[in-house]
Amino acid sequence: MGKADSSKKTILLLAAAVIIYALIRTLEAAEFINPYWQRVIDQALITTMGALGLSIIYGFTGQFSLGHAAFFGLGAYASGVFDKTVGHGALPMFLLSLLIGAAVAGLMALIIGLPILRLRSDYLGIATLGFGIIVKVGMDNSSKFLPILGGATGMSGTPQVANFDWVFWFTLLVIVLVRNFVFSTYGRACTSVREDEIAADVMGINTTRIKVIAFVLGCALAGLAGGMYAHRYPFLHPSSFDFLKSFDFLLVVVLGGLGSMTGTVVTAIAWVFVLEGLRMVLGEAFIDFRGVIYALILIVAIILRPQGIFGGKELGFLVPKPMGSQAGGKGGVNAGTGA
Amino acid sequence: MPVLVLEDIDKTFGGLKAVSNFGMTLEKGEIVGLIGPNGAGKTTVFNMITGIYKPTAGKITFLDQDITGLSPYLVCQRGIARTFQNIRLFKGNTVLDNVRAVYHPRSGYGLFDAVFRTPRFLKKERQITEEAMELLEALGLKERAYDLAANLPYGAQRRLEIARALAGKPRLLLLDEPAAGMNPAEVVRMVDLIKFVKEKFDLTVLLIEHQMGMVMRLCERLVVMDFGQIIATGLPAEVRCNPVVLEAYLGKGATVA
Repeated sequence: MGKADSSKKTILLLAAAVIIYALIRTLEAAEFINPYWQRVIDQALITTMGALGLSIIYGFTGQFSLGHAAFFGLGAYASGVFDKTVGHGALPMFLLSLLIGAAVAGLMALIIGLPILRLRSDYLGIATLGFGIIVKVGMDNSSKFLPILGGATGMSGTPQVANFDWVFWFTLLVIVLVRNFVFSTYGRACTSVREDEIAADVMGINTTRIKVIAFVLGCALAGLAGGMYAHRYPFLHPSSFDFLKSFDFLLVVVLGGLGSMTGTVVTAIAWVFVLEGLRMVLGEAFIDFRGVIYALILIVAIILRPQGIFGGKELGFLVPKPMGSQAGGKGGVNAGTGA
Repeated sequence: MPVLVLEDIDKTFGGLKAVSNFGMTLEKGEIVGLIGPNGAGKTTVFNMITGIYKPTAGKITFLDQDITGLSPYLVCQRGIARTFQNIRLFKGNTVLDNVRAVYHPRSGYGLFDAVFRTPRFLKKERQITEEAMELLEALGLKERAYDLAANLPYGAQRRLEIARALAGKPRLLLLDEPAAGMNPAEVVRMVDLIKFVKEKFDLTVLLIEHQMGMVMRLCERLVVMDFGQIIATGLPAEVRCNPVVLEAYLGKGATVA
């Protein structure tokens, strides 16, 4: 019974994805979505991938990270440089470069995480904040040791081989894999660390190891998203990966509700559209007021709904299966909203 | 072979001697009570056994192996489980997931299996879920398996802590005030429950408790602490009349009426 249930949920998820995909494709063919908005859609999906990484780190494991954009940027540059110099946009090279982006970000996370994650979550916040600044300064000055990186003037020339199809199906893949991780013994170990680290430790969970796994995995996802970004947007610039960008990811995860993948996905997509929407509403002269408005959105949202929009709940089809002999139609492990 | 041996344990926090020269032995299958006034150092002893604190001096032996200073998660994996005085459940998780989390170190599948949901993952997950459900059923929590732990009534939270501790398949169970804040009827049920799990899971039990009714009904032997030291040991009936114990609890000159 369990297995049938499981595949039913996955089929539902796939069906929903295919419908959304077809819809966007149709709108695009009907020229209802112009290339500009197509870019916004892709940006939303790429942000979703990166935000899911932070969702694992902060939402599910409770480790406060302030440098997510730095890992995103590392992935973008690593993947971009590889494909620019070695790959030249051939399909296997494109995929390999995505993997390299993820690996570089993940490896960096391992190096930072191993010493820091023995400590309380606050220290990770401080360390990642510092790391973010180091990466930004490094990118600004990168041309001094590697001219191809372009330094403060930015880097262009990455083969632009990622289109909507790639971005969309990769995002879906990431959603499914993150879901699988969360609804496994690893995910449960993560949430128990978040809920009570000492109790988790006493119950036999190697909390440092779990925190490192979550951090590395989450940062690798940021790196993957960065790699995709480099292949979709021709111009990489250090300012795209600074502290404010990290704050964007954090905002998405908190606003969506800690411990909710649904919340992260929905908020990430909505967020990118809100930012673009504001650009249009405000006009070029007032574009800087976006900062004020989105701070206001955050404040109001947190006052009205401190647990976030989805508050730890998942839509039913994001829960693999109720797992358990008598779970029946209860929706799933921490599902409350149901499908 | 004794299950647990504590020898000459000292624990100081700065200049404060929380526990000094503490020694005790637990034989297999015993239920022993650790009692004493507030601040006597009972919980500190638990924290040293479970690895949360490292003893300043002394040696802890569990099933003939030295576990002094071992990290808590390793102590747990050796077979010591505990509950907490101020309940420490994973409140935001479901009742079922509170128990299933404990299976993490012996889930029998790796990260790859989890992320790609291999047949091995599905098989092991089903096993884990079944076992966890059995545990919940044994402790009368099965109906609430999908509720958040935070939403359980107080007594059920205490039971869930015991269920979670048992999920680690311990040989020794440490209970820190399992009946705190319970009314007399609930205390009776808790006594029965502890006896039941002790038999069913073949455990040795060490418990801290203030409710004398519970201690007298449950424990075969008592260890009394005051100011970090053992002041008396013996059968519950003996300890109850021991003048040193009465003095520690009630002040000098107290007698049993």
